[in-house]
Order: sequence, then structure tokens, then C-alpha cells
Amino acid sequence: MEILQIVGAGLIVTVLILVIKPQRPELALQVSLVFGILVFLFMLGKISGVIDVLEELGQRANINKFYLTTILKIIGVAYIAEFGAQVCRDAGEGTVAAKVEFAAKIIIMVLAVPIIVAILDSLIKLL
Amino acid sequence: MNIDLVFKIAIVGIVVSVLHTVLKQAGKEEVANMVTLAGVIVVLLMVVQLISDLFTVVKTVFQLY
Repeated sequence: MEILQIVGAGLIVTVLILVIKPQRPELALQVSLVFGILVFLFMLGKISGVIDVLEELGQRANINKFYLTTILKIIGVAYIAEFGAQVCRDAGEGTVAAKVEFAAKIIIMVLAVPIIVAILDSLIKLL
Repeated sequence: MNIDLVFKIAIVGIVVSVLHTVLKQAGKEEVANMVTLAGVIVVLLMVVQLISDLFTVVKTVFQLY
């Protein structure tokens, strides 16, 4: 049961952060950052299994592989950006977090342009 | 999941804060600040390594090249 591991670790980390925060807020932030990264890495192993299944399903349904990779890329950008923005916001730097999210939105839009073009193409063919 | 790094950083944080208080009481304000800075840099080096690991894993899983 991984959830028990994560909840236990989370409670311990919370207590540690509460101990450190009044004296050294910058080190408390790093503790929470490392915990976030560890949980993220732990979960990515499982996500990759799901992604493998999705790819196989896509192959069976004869979907163009390009669309699936684009969606995966967008999900990856969103995860990373959300993670970074949350850490910034946690440290009280709301402006930096907002900039990170802004950049992520733009990058996701750029990644999505080929799909939008494909949709418009098929629409034009229909008309 | 190996949580050792979290404990390591927490220990560094506690030790640094104790050292900071002791040095401050001894009237060595500038040394205390240097100790704090060194602690933050040491921890940052560990964290940067981990962040780069995370980014490589995310890149391979989500095929972001």
C-alpha cells in the first residue's frame, strides 16, 4: 500500500517543516520541495504504465501517433509547470508563480497549434 | 520511495539554526550569517541534483524532447 507510505511520510515531513520554519524558512521550503519531488518521482513510475497502455490502445484504434505524443507532451508541461508554480507560491512568491504558469500556458498553446490546424483542415474538408 | 534526503535536509536545517543562535549569542553575527548561507548552498546542491533527476524522468515519460 503506497498510499500509507506517502501519508506517513507527509505527516513526518509536515512536523519537520513546522520545526524548521520559524528559524530557517528557506530550508523549510527546500524540505517541502524535496518531498514534492520524491512523491512526484514515485508516482511517475505508475503513470508511465498507464501511458504505455494508452499508447497500445491508440495503436489498436489506428490513431495517428502524433496526436497522442502531443497530448502527452501537454500533460508533461502542465505537470512540471504546476509543480514549479506551487513551490513558488508556497514560498510566498505569487508573482513568480504567475509567470511560470503564464509561460506554461503559452508553451501548451504552441504545442496544441498542430492539432488545431488538423481540426480546421478536417472541418474545411467536410464543408 | 527513499525519504532519507528529506531527513538529511531537515537535520541540516536544525543544525544550522542552532549554530546560528550560538554564534549570534557569542557576538559573531557575520560568521553566523556565513554559516546560514553555507547551509542553504549545501542543501541547494542536493536539491538541484534531485530536480534534474525529476526533469529527466518527466521528459522520458511524457516524451518531451
